[in-house]
Amino acid sequence: MSKGHDSDHGHDHGQDHEEHSALSETALRVRALESLLVEKGLVDPAALDAIVDAYQSKIGPRNGARIVARAWSDPAYKAQLLKDATSAIAGMGYSGAQGEHMVVVENTPSVHNLVVCTLCSCYPWPVLGLPPVWYKSSAYRSRAVIDPRGVLREFGLALPDEVAVRVWDSTAEIRYLVLPERPAGTEGMTAEALADLVTRDSMIGTAKVAAP
Amino acid sequence: MNGIHDMGGMHGFGPVEPEANEPVFHAPWEARVLALRRAAGAWRRWNIDAGRHSIETLPPADYLRLTYYEKWFESVIKLLLGAGLVTPQELASGRRDPAVPVATPPLTADKVMPAILAGSPTVRATSAKPRFTVGQAVRARGINPGGHTRLPRYVRGRLGTIECDHGAHVFPDSNARFEGEKPQFLYTVRFAARELWGETANPVDTVHLDLWEDYLDAA
Repeated sequence: MSKGHDSDHGHDHGQDHEEHSALSETALRVRALESLLVEKGLVDPAALDAIVDAYQSKIGPRNGARIVARAWSDPAYKAQLLKDATSAIAGMGYSGAQGEHMVVVENTPSVHNLVVCTLCSCYPWPVLGLPPVWYKSSAYRSRAVIDPRGVLREFGLALPDEVAVRVWDSTAEIRYLVLPERPAGTEGMTAEALADLVTRDSMIGTAKVAAP
Repeated sequence: MNGIHDMGGMHGFGPVEPEANEPVFHAPWEARVLALRRAAGAWRRWNIDAGRHSIETLPPADYLRLTYYEKWFESVIKLLLGAGLVTPQELASGRRDPAVPVATPPLTADKVMPAILAGSPTVRATSAKPRFTVGQAVRARGINPGGHTRLPRYVRGRLGTIECDHGAHVFPDSNARFEGEKPQFLYTVRFAARELWGETANPVDTVHLDLWEDYLDAA
């Protein structure tokens, strides 16, 4: 990004032109704002890089998958997770921004949970990372509460009428993580191997975990 | 506010379209917007509720047209201007007003992970007693606040059941207006899908929302 800062000062006009023509209007505006805020001493560019790195490579659905795999493998941990998810998840090293207050909801043969935020796009960042585009879409936000079964069918999940669908609309600072059902045929697998089976969507509630 | 952001139960947006192997960011600028918003937020000149309200108050047509990070970008500009951290002249020229001294950023690289891991909890100690108990029937108030609120239209006036007491949390309606945190009890309230959507809804389905005391009446 320091390259953009230089070009704003008019160095190397040829490269400047080429670079700008490849960038969208929004990308240029973002770059200009970043330059201004850095110049004013309002933000530290190294801190910006550290934030991007955190969400690009450190915080993602692998965290949640480890929580789920441990809950499947360790009944005492599962009990703690369902009772006080915030501390149980913090005990695994995941906490903080957009996961300050966590609740874990358990899928069973008779209950299926689905998480949404109809008012914006609240999502449990420490355990799932940043939300996918579909989770933030108007289609998902509008329909998950009024037509959850239709939404689930679009994800390839047709639930019998007698299975209760519980939709969690994240209207406050409580963040929800779905504990999916452990698939058959996974007896004896290590927590590490189980974590590889757990998908992001299964922890939002738009999928089940498939058997290996 | 009865804004375009309050989408629960609307029709017409089409199918949900997941993207296979979706990247965390679709362009580098999206990542920079996320980082700029967080780093500028470290000045603590606004709060999360004011931040959300700045997105909700985008013109409705823009709200629907812009992507998530485009909305964040427009909102961070509004917040920076509103807080006086950036002037309209600086924004237009892209250059610092030389009359304003260069600041020292509050968030440095070494503080990023600790700040992320600490987060900003919204639970607050209180000597107040909760007005509602688990299992109690409540009705979401039929109110229409013009400012920020986290009471969606689709539950207003509807009958629900207190499912969980989360203790006192910062009240977003006042916090968004910088009128104080005014913590009050927050509850998970369970609504039958049929109560919200009528007889065609599945009789065993439920929708659960986290609602503050000021949003609820005993039923």
